Formats: sequence, structure tokens, C-alpha cells
Amino acid sequence: MSLKNITYTDKKDTRSGFGQGIYEAGLANPNVVTLCADLIGSLKLEKFIEAFPDRFIQAGIAEANMIGVSAGLAIAGKIAVPTTFANFGTSRVYDQIRQSVAYSDKNVKIACSHAGLTLGEDGATHQVLEDIGMMKMLPGMTVVVPADYNQTRLATKAVVEWHGPCYLRFGRPVWPIFTPSEDSTFQIGKAQFLSEGTDVTIIACGHMVWQAVEAGKQLEANGVSVELINMHTIKPLDIDAILKSVAKTGCIVTAEEHQYNGGLGESVARVLVSNIPVPQEFVAVNDTFGESGTPDQLLEKYGLSPQNIVAAAYKAIERKK
Amino acid sequence: MAEIQELERIASQVRRDIVRMVGKVKSGHPGGSLGCTDFLVALYFDVMKHDISFNMEGRGEDVFFLSNGHISPVFYSVLARSGYFDVKELSTFRFLNSRLQGHPTTHEGLPGVRIASGSLGQGVSVATGVALAKKMDGDDRFVFVLTGDGELQEGQIWEAVMFAAHNKVDNLILTVDYNNCQIDGTVDQILSLGDLKGKFKSFGWEVLEMNGNRMEDVVFTLSEAQLKAKKGKPIAILMTTEMGAGVDYMMGTHKWHGSAPNAEQVEKAMAQLEETLGDF
Repeated sequence: MSLKNITYTDKKDTRSGFGQGIYEAGLANPNVVTLCADLIGSLKLEKFIEAFPDRFIQAGIAEANMIGVSAGLAIAGKIAVPTTFANFGTSRVYDQIRQSVAYSDKNVKIACSHAGLTLGEDGATHQVLEDIGMMKMLPGMTVVVPADYNQTRLATKAVVEWHGPCYLRFGRPVWPIFTPSEDSTFQIGKAQFLSEGTDVTIIACGHMVWQAVEAGKQLEANGVSVELINMHTIKPLDIDAILKSVAKTGCIVTAEEHQYNGGLGESVARVLVSNIPVPQEFVAVNDTFGESGTPDQLLEKYGLSPQNIVAAAYKAIERKK
Repeated sequence: MAEIQELERIASQVRRDIVRMVGKVKSGHPGGSLGCTDFLVALYFDVMKHDISFNMEGRGEDVFFLSNGHISPVFYSVLARSGYFDVKELSTFRFLNSRLQGHPTTHEGLPGVRIASGSLGQGVSVATGVALAKKMDGDDRFVFVLTGDGELQEGQIWEAVMFAAHNKVDNLILTVDYNNCQIDGTVDQILSLGDLKGKFKSFGWEVLEMNGNRMEDVVFTLSEAQLKAKKGKPIAILMTTEMGAGVDYMMGTHKWHGSAPNAEQVEKAMAQLEETLGDF
């Protein structure tokens, strides 16, 4: 299983994967109710709303209330899916999520677009880079960060049918579609192996999985054997996948569109130090806010390009010696 | 009216429970609990159609949400006295390994509780969500929610108030415990609510007022609220109460908002409240 065979023919935004997935979820389950805080177009909810107008609730620009109403809908047996931009759906309403959703164990699926730097020109006010950390810290919260359109569609259907509070994180930019589209290929909490290798393990989530594919291709071309894992579920974390892989490779790189602090890398590091301490290099945002720019410019400026992953891989391999 | 007298007898026991629970663990919020006792007794023993074999969804039932979770003692006592769980369990309030947490929670599986509350301002949104779901499902029962008056300083409340009116959530009956007391002083001193009746009206709500410590008034107004409901507007009841009602030394001060009486003070309160149903 080599990375050179992983290519793409089409590009789409992951949020469109959510739009298609939530429509299919609504078709399959009459209890699905979506809510939105004045961002229907951005969340690609049009298809759901057209098909199920009575199962959509416009919350207005009032995210705290939207989370509470979602908890109430869940009490009454609905599967509530509040949607907005990731910053407004997590950090703005953290205590509402903590008390009314997580602590109260409500079947609410917080589905957020425009996470990370890649929302681009809107700048740092909107580019949340702390949401994975905030959400994974809440007891009982499941955190899913799919890699592309296909996987976001599948992840949306999966979180809807998964019992309990979930956070689903996706984004704005058009991005290569390279994961399979069959339902059987996605399982919450089960990592996806994109290649098998022996020199270095690369674990990535979200948009960074494609960056890691490109990085892995370069590494393979230079004779480095790469095991690439798409860790689409941050919590519950697939610990077995991590441990089995590093037992072969002996070093690891994590890559995420998120702060170092509190992200995927820290979750992986905790597993490693408690089990098989091996060198780990982190590709993540270094304790700073983002800024306006195009997605590609921002990924490069903030150290999230394929080149950063390649460099981190060589460093991790070097540290094994 | 025998019925009113019966409710008052229950309220007397609930007040004893509150003071004894808070006194035993030496912590909790007796003042607001005592003030809202008549209201909760009227709801659970007269007004609401509810099933003590508790199920979370509450289909076909009236459901109640306590947004000001710190008055948990009155909520727990009323639930226990209604039969949701054994009254003996009231003695575990705020102790380690209890289902009767300082603030209500679903986390320990206590029957009768449908959401955690304590961090203020969230309960109206939750109640609105349940009320919306009932309307979606053609369930004609009501959703009741109680908030403090100081709690109305939270912005989320007004998001919910706007939302409920806009969406014509007219099966929702919100009651405000209007005692003009909060931890740091009177509500008027701390952050005045101004013309509260006018505020609710201008947001598109039907507004009623009642004396929350006159059982007859409470029962009458709650049934009036149900008659005025389902006509396109959510209902707000501004309920004037006296913090500490029923225990003379706890009234007329906000000192007992969040502090517990000592053993001697508990005894003094017991002398003022008839034991009608047997202490836990």
C-alpha cells in the first residue's frame, strides 16, 4: 500500500460533504433536526431545508440559545444538529456545551464549518485553532475531523447515528477528494491507514491529511517508507492503530490545522509516553493567532505545508538514532 | 378550599425538608428554595400532568425545568414527595456519592431531572427546545421553566425570549422568581431589570403576575396561564416571592441566599413549620 497510487480527480469543500451527508441522514432518520445561526449557505444546508422544511430551525445570530434549544430537542428524542462556524459553535458557547450538552449527556451533534486557517481571508477572529482541544477535554464528547468531501459526508451520517454528544469539524476550502465514498469505509474511532511503511508514521487529521499524502509521496520518492494514518476521530482515539504503527516505525509525526496545545498531537503524545515512548515531531500552529490570506498562503506561513511535514519526518527519523 | 389547604400542608413539609437538608450538610441555598416552595408544590401536586415512573422524553406529559439550579433543595424535596424517589434520599443532599448534587444533574440518573443547571441562563433555551419538539410531534402538553430574577442578567435568556416569541412557542410557560435578591444585594442595586413586564411584552410575550407565596394565587394564575397559552405567544409569569418565606429570620434579607442555618437555627425554623408528611 503505497501513497503514489493516491490521487484525486475532483476537488470539493468538506462543508459540501456535510450538506450532502446531513441530507442523507435526514432522509434515513425522521428524528434528525438541524439548526443554524444565520449561515445556511456557508453550511450547505439548502438541500436539507428544501427536503425537510419542518425539521430545520433558524436560530438567528444567537449561538448560546441554539445550543440550549438543541439540548431541549434532544431531551424530547430528536437528534439535534446545531450548525455554524467552528469558532461560534465551540469557543463562543463553551459553557452551554459543557453544562447543557456534555454534562447532561444530550444527543446533540455540533457540526461546524470554517475551522482552522483555511477559511482564509476573514482572518483570525474566525479562524478557530483551539476547538479540538476544547471539545476533546469535555467528558463524553466525541470529536470527529474528516479529511475530505467523501469522508465528511460519511462522518456526518455516522455521528448522527452515534449516541451522545459529538463535535464534527470541517472547513471552507475546496480540497482534493481522495478517500473512498462507500459507507463501510468509515467508522468512528477506527483510524484509516492510507499507506503501510516502516521508517516513519505520519498521523494527520482534516485538511492536513492531504498535505501528508503529498509529503509522503515526496518521502517515498526519496526512499523513505511512510505509514500514513488518517486519524479522523480525535476522541475516542484509536490507540491500537498508533501503537501498532510505531512498533514498526519507531517514530512519528503528527499534523493538524490546530494549535499544538490541546490538539491531535498532544493526544497521540500521551498515548506514546504511556506505552512506547518514541520520537515525535509536531506539525501544528505554534501558539499564535492566524491572519487574513489565501488558504495556501496561510498554510505555508504557519508551517502547515507538505514541506513542513517532510522536514518533520526527517527530524523524527534522525532522532531514532 | 380543601385543595389549597392540602397544598399548603405539603408546602410546610417541603419547607422543613429544605431547611433540614441544607442544615445537615451545612451548605446550599435555602432562601430562594423557601421562596419558590409554593410554586413548585402547586406545579407538581396540582397543575402538571406528569408521570413519576420517569422517562426522559416526557411525551404526553407536562415537563418542568429549573434554570436557577441553585434552589435544588426545593426541587429535590418536591420530586421526592411526589414519588420520583424515596424521601430518605434527601438526607444525602450535597454529600459525596449522592444523586442529589449541589446543583441538579442528569449525570447521576436522578429521576425527575432532565438537564443539568447551575450555570445560569441556560434553562429557558432548553425548555424552549423541548416545547418546540412537542409542537413538532403534536404533543399538546406544556413546558414549564423557572428562572431567578438576577438570572435575567444573563444575555442568553434574552436570546431565548426573542427566539420563543419569534417561533410562536406558545406551549411554554416561564415563571420568574421575582424576589429582587441576588448574592451581592438587591437586583435593583446590582443590575436593575427595569420595566420587566414591559420588556417581556415588547418581546412579544403574554405576561401574568402573581404572588408566589399565596397558594391560591399560584394555583389560579398557573391555570390562567394554561388558558392563555396556545394562542401564538409564550407566557411569562412574574412571580413576586419573599426569599426565605416561611422562616421568619430568613425573610427580608438576602443573607440566606447561599448560606446554611446552624443546628439551633434549624430548630428555630422547625418550630415555625408544621411536620405534615413525616420528616425524612
